[in-house]
Amino acid sequence: MEKTEYNYDIVRSFVNWSILWGVVAVLVGVIVSFQMVEPGLNFPPYLTFGRLRPIHTNAGIYGWGVGVIFATFLYIVQRLCKTRLWSDGLAKFQLWFFNATIVASALTLLLGFTTSKEYHEMEWPIDVMVVILWVAFAINIIMTIIKRREEHMYISLWYMMASLIGVAILYLTNSAAMPVSLFKSYSAYAGTNDANVHWWFGHNAVAMALTAPPLAMFYYFLPKSTGVPIFSHRLSIIAFWSLIFMYLWTGAHHLLWTPVPDWIQTLAMAFSVMLIAPSWGSVFNGYLSMNGQWHQMRENYLVKFLILGITFYGLQTLQGPMQAVRSFSAFIHYTDWVPAHIHMGTMGWVSMISFASIYYLIPRVYGRKLYSIPLANMQFWLILVGQLIWSFSLWIAGVLQAGMWNAMNPDGSLTYTFMETMVEMYPYWWIRAVGGLIYFAGIIVFIYNLVMTVREGEPVFIKAAAEGRA
Amino acid sequence: MWEKNPVLLLVLATAAILVGTIITMVLPFTWVNTEADRIESVTPYTALQQEGRDVYIREGCNNCHTQTVRPLVAEVIRYGDYSKSGEFVYDRPFLWGSKRTGPDLARLGGKYPDEWHYKHMESPRAMVPKTNMPDYGWLSANKLDPQMIKRKMDVLGFPYSGEEIKALEEKNEMDAIIAYMQKLGSDIPWREAAATTLVGELKNPYSGVSHSDMEPWEDLYLENCAACHGEHFEGDIGPELDGAGLEENDLFEIIYNGVPDGGMPPYSSLGADKVWKLVNFIKYYNQGEDHQ
Repeated sequence: MEKTEYNYDIVRSFVNWSILWGVVAVLVGVIVSFQMVEPGLNFPPYLTFGRLRPIHTNAGIYGWGVGVIFATFLYIVQRLCKTRLWSDGLAKFQLWFFNATIVASALTLLLGFTTSKEYHEMEWPIDVMVVILWVAFAINIIMTIIKRREEHMYISLWYMMASLIGVAILYLTNSAAMPVSLFKSYSAYAGTNDANVHWWFGHNAVAMALTAPPLAMFYYFLPKSTGVPIFSHRLSIIAFWSLIFMYLWTGAHHLLWTPVPDWIQTLAMAFSVMLIAPSWGSVFNGYLSMNGQWHQMRENYLVKFLILGITFYGLQTLQGPMQAVRSFSAFIHYTDWVPAHIHMGTMGWVSMISFASIYYLIPRVYGRKLYSIPLANMQFWLILVGQLIWSFSLWIAGVLQAGMWNAMNPDGSLTYTFMETMVEMYPYWWIRAVGGLIYFAGIIVFIYNLVMTVREGEPVFIKAAAEGRA
Repeated sequence: MWEKNPVLLLVLATAAILVGTIITMVLPFTWVNTEADRIESVTPYTALQQEGRDVYIREGCNNCHTQTVRPLVAEVIRYGDYSKSGEFVYDRPFLWGSKRTGPDLARLGGKYPDEWHYKHMESPRAMVPKTNMPDYGWLSANKLDPQMIKRKMDVLGFPYSGEEIKALEEKNEMDAIIAYMQKLGSDIPWREAAATTLVGELKNPYSGVSHSDMEPWEDLYLENCAACHGEHFEGDIGPELDGAGLEENDLFEIIYNGVPDGGMPPYSSLGADKVWKLVNFIKYYNQGEDHQ
């Protein structure tokens, strides 16, 4: 077989930029967590909680999350297809247009140009940029797959393709708006319809941007890191089809007890519970792939990140369906429990897998051995402890808050005023902020390790035999 | 073979994605926001209210406040009647939110007088001690742009008059957001429907309570009443509380049911016991030998 020259330059660039946006996301997250306990830290008009929180979420999802998707997919697709990227020029355009889009998003959100729709706050001109960006990315991935020199399409490619299609359908539909000016538009849908369309988008953005892509990474990087194949290809296929079929029914579990028609809520609830099966299909596929390899949890830091990541995916996909049940939602929805849930997914599952993927990529795209494995282990513990403090403090806070909101006296009156419940939250919000700081420290260690790798890491020549393996 | 054909895989994946999409997202357009949902008394926003809504959106108020009351006992007692689909037909976008760092605002309209809102937005902690809401007094410095608002009303297809647009020149963003908040949830006559009917004879359970026994009740007064009636009953937004002028039972009814037209919110959610404590505190704390 002739030797393939892969395009690693573009992978390097996306790794670097995604990390930068990841730092922004976490830093802004830490800032807003302190604003919640100390309102004097709001500096209007630009630096208030209401304007910064969307920057935190969007930098996290689109800057860090999607940035890592770009970096890893552009790498994985070349390796799995044993061919160079279809178009280097298009990838280069995608890189700079991606950064332009993220910068434009951050600036416009600071200026207060927002649609208010969660995880889709950017106004319509940026929607146009996102669509161009995604089409450029999709064309490059799909064309590379079409011209591949490997007959089989490994499961990671499936998840990638589903994600390409899914994000496109979701984002376009939820973008529909009537522009008033360059910076202001009104949703094409009104009231209850808008809510239903939006949470169909909102929940499936989680599916198509923060579930399918990390699964593509997991299915690729776990076998690559352990050196043994995935436990069952068949199981991965069953999980794939059931996941992408069932996810789209579940958006309305964000709208339980609202004026959205009951039958939509009931379907959402039922499908959410059913989703445990395909989610755990992947979790078990991961665990069973470790048969005979568990010693690598001690010896191989990549495996540690990946297995903890998939474990948090498993926990996330049990807790999620639980919250999607009407009776539990009645109790817990709108409390601090919900951000705790989300952050287990983002800080635990998605970011753990992303860190592992980047650690795997760095030696290969920079040609240098990682500067320090002890530092990588230190990062592991910092982000793990930071995230657990973050989530546990708010789980407890959420249950307390829900209990107080619902507490009633024998005469049918409420036991607590709203302010009495809020005052109880402050200690937990402080603990959460500290958890965020610890997580941030982990990211600083991560970056230091990578910078030192590039500067001082020993040159490494990855064996030709390994190169040829998909 | 489909598992080796990327184009076919894309087509099949799209089909899998579209089934749930069509059933739970596309089909509901047939039933939602139709005649069946319509509520006669629900009207579009005025130019000032709509601009206030856009300020609410710009400042990201929806990050901390929801706007939908669920049909759950504790929630209806706390906030008011549960939300109906027909109340939101003019909402583009919807602002139901997902987190209650602050309270739900779906039934805020008419709960407090305008003056309360101006003071609260200027300095939230002056009205609600210990709240973490940021100050929004700076909104008062921002003039409105009547021509832009006119364009917005045209895009939304909401009715407006020339005078209404002209009048905006005199208004600022604070006026707008407060006009918007006063509209929230007030298009249906839910307060009248929800007005609590007291059953049976009222009887003060704390009749003849001593001054020292009332001291612990001061916190209750400070938390719920002082923002409008002053820390020492001297009055501010609300009137001075010269407790001696009203009978115990009348005072109870005012606190329990509020005075909707007078800007006094009902405090029935506190329960009869706490309201009785407030009645005694207001009426007797300042009287007698123990006068402060």
